[in-house]
Amino acid sequence: MPMTISEKILAEHADREELRPDELIEARVDFALGNDITAPLAIEAFRQAGAKGVFDPERIALVPDHFTPNKDIASAIQAKLLRDFAGEHGIVNYFEVGRMGIEHALLPEQGLVLPGDVVIGADSHTCTYGALGAFATGVGSTDLAAVMMTGRIWFKVPASVKFIYRGKLRPWVGGKDLILHTIGRIGVDGARYRAMEFTGEVVDMLPMADRFTMSNMAIEAGAKVGIIAPDAVTEEYVKGRARRGYRFHQSDPDASYEAVYDWDVSGLEPVVAVPHLPSNVRGVSELSHITIDQVVIGSCTNGRLEDLRIAATILKGRKVSPNVRCIVIPATQRIYRQALREGLIEVFLDAEAAVSTPTCGPCLGGHMGILAPGERAVATTNRNFVGRMGHTGSEVYLSSPAVAAASAIAGHIAHPDAV
Amino acid sequence: MKVRGRAWKFGDDVDTDAIIPARYLNTSDPAILASHCMEDADPAFAGRVRIGDLIVGGRNFGCGSSREHAPVSIKAAGISCVIAHSFARIFYRNAFNMGLPILESPEAAESIQPGDEIEVDLGSGLIVNHSRQQTYPAQAIPPFMQELLQVGGLMPYVEKKTAAQVKGA
Repeated sequence: MPMTISEKILAEHADREELRPDELIEARVDFALGNDITAPLAIEAFRQAGAKGVFDPERIALVPDHFTPNKDIASAIQAKLLRDFAGEHGIVNYFEVGRMGIEHALLPEQGLVLPGDVVIGADSHTCTYGALGAFATGVGSTDLAAVMMTGRIWFKVPASVKFIYRGKLRPWVGGKDLILHTIGRIGVDGARYRAMEFTGEVVDMLPMADRFTMSNMAIEAGAKVGIIAPDAVTEEYVKGRARRGYRFHQSDPDASYEAVYDWDVSGLEPVVAVPHLPSNVRGVSELSHITIDQVVIGSCTNGRLEDLRIAATILKGRKVSPNVRCIVIPATQRIYRQALREGLIEVFLDAEAAVSTPTCGPCLGGHMGILAPGERAVATTNRNFVGRMGHTGSEVYLSSPAVAAASAIAGHIAHPDAV
Repeated sequence: MKVRGRAWKFGDDVDTDAIIPARYLNTSDPAILASHCMEDADPAFAGRVRIGDLIVGGRNFGCGSSREHAPVSIKAAGISCVIAHSFARIFYRNAFNMGLPILESPEAAESIQPGDEIEVDLGSGLIVNHSRQQTYPAQAIPPFMQELLQVGGLMPYVEKKTAAQVKGA
């Protein structure tokens, strides 16, 4: 029976020859993760269940990244729970401040999540690893607890929806614009409970960073996973990082999809999602009247080296508008160091942007850039819900690093060519 | 298994940041989470909700993050059941795992108005609106899921099953 890449990965992990959408299966989990917000509840559930040990201490990562470096005493207590639990169970992939990064940038970088894997994370953006050709999805803390105990999880096999992107992207248009455009077209529940599969010549040409951005925001369309078939670009990224074996899967040409969207994106301009849903997508040119108070360049969506390079290209030799705070957050220590080597950090400092140690911080209104009532931010993050970055009277506009950097200079939402 | 209470109505795409804002996620204490439940959608909610009340949402209820704190805060606030047109998938799973009954019913989501007196039979899936003398169908919750809800969620359920197995052995 022809199968999609998602079905093939799930079948393999459920020891099945074939399977169909809506079947309930139990699958082996290759890797599981939690962070300083979700893992404390998982640890509590783990203990409550009387579990003695974890299924495999090398296949679990605990990443304190959301409210770290600890923003207050309560956060410090939560982070300490992770640290103590990791020590108690010999979990080697515990990443302390100074060695950590934003989980969804860090784990691929460290070669811990790989093509062909089933990955479970107590974080909704776990779907990021779909960019590697893995079946990766977010769950709650209790599900993580069960996986930490057993190394297994039950799934309903999602139907797949295929997205074909044709044409050639215009300058300054990348993965962020493609995924925002997609969410804008299908809506925030347009792929609810589905596996999104990103294909086509445009995706084939995308670097890994842009692919991660696309897969990262599949959840913003309600999807279970946003998967991209691995190819030479994936191989180039994975080789030298992988700590285990990995396997490339492809969808069969005659696999069945619940829906197929076939779009020519040659004419797409940089886009922005305006408050308060990621599906409220507009062309950047419609929004130049929107003045802003803050820019955030970072997060699991767009805090990678390639993102910082794009931002630096635009900010080089320029100054952030006197009316704007610009906060740049490299997603991992390795990205930070490489940005330093390439002179990107100096570009940001010269432009009078602030550069932070890796943290999810402002994206979810945690710390490191909270908005006051009436303030507006352009952010390369993933959600613009009411109150997401601070006060419920504040606003978040989601964009690519290019538009964010241009807007920081202009003091209003701006096309990169306009500054 | 039946629940009864007043309806609190919300719209489409109620996200987890509205249910429990991230600024309160530095704790997992249910009582503290309950005191901020739905705060960014309706700041008066936590102060006025009564034990047994129901939440009625539109499409895609619980979209956004995977935070289990969302169903925890709703349950701890005293809400007996959430009815929606549809649920986001992680929230759907988390709600059952936390022992919070939820039902999908487009008809109920459409017709129920704020303050309506609602009774839900989880076993049959029948939703009765006593204020409007209407009934709406929803899919019945199967017996094992009702048992899971009754004992308070997935972990207590697993504990109970494991204990029963040990006793039987």
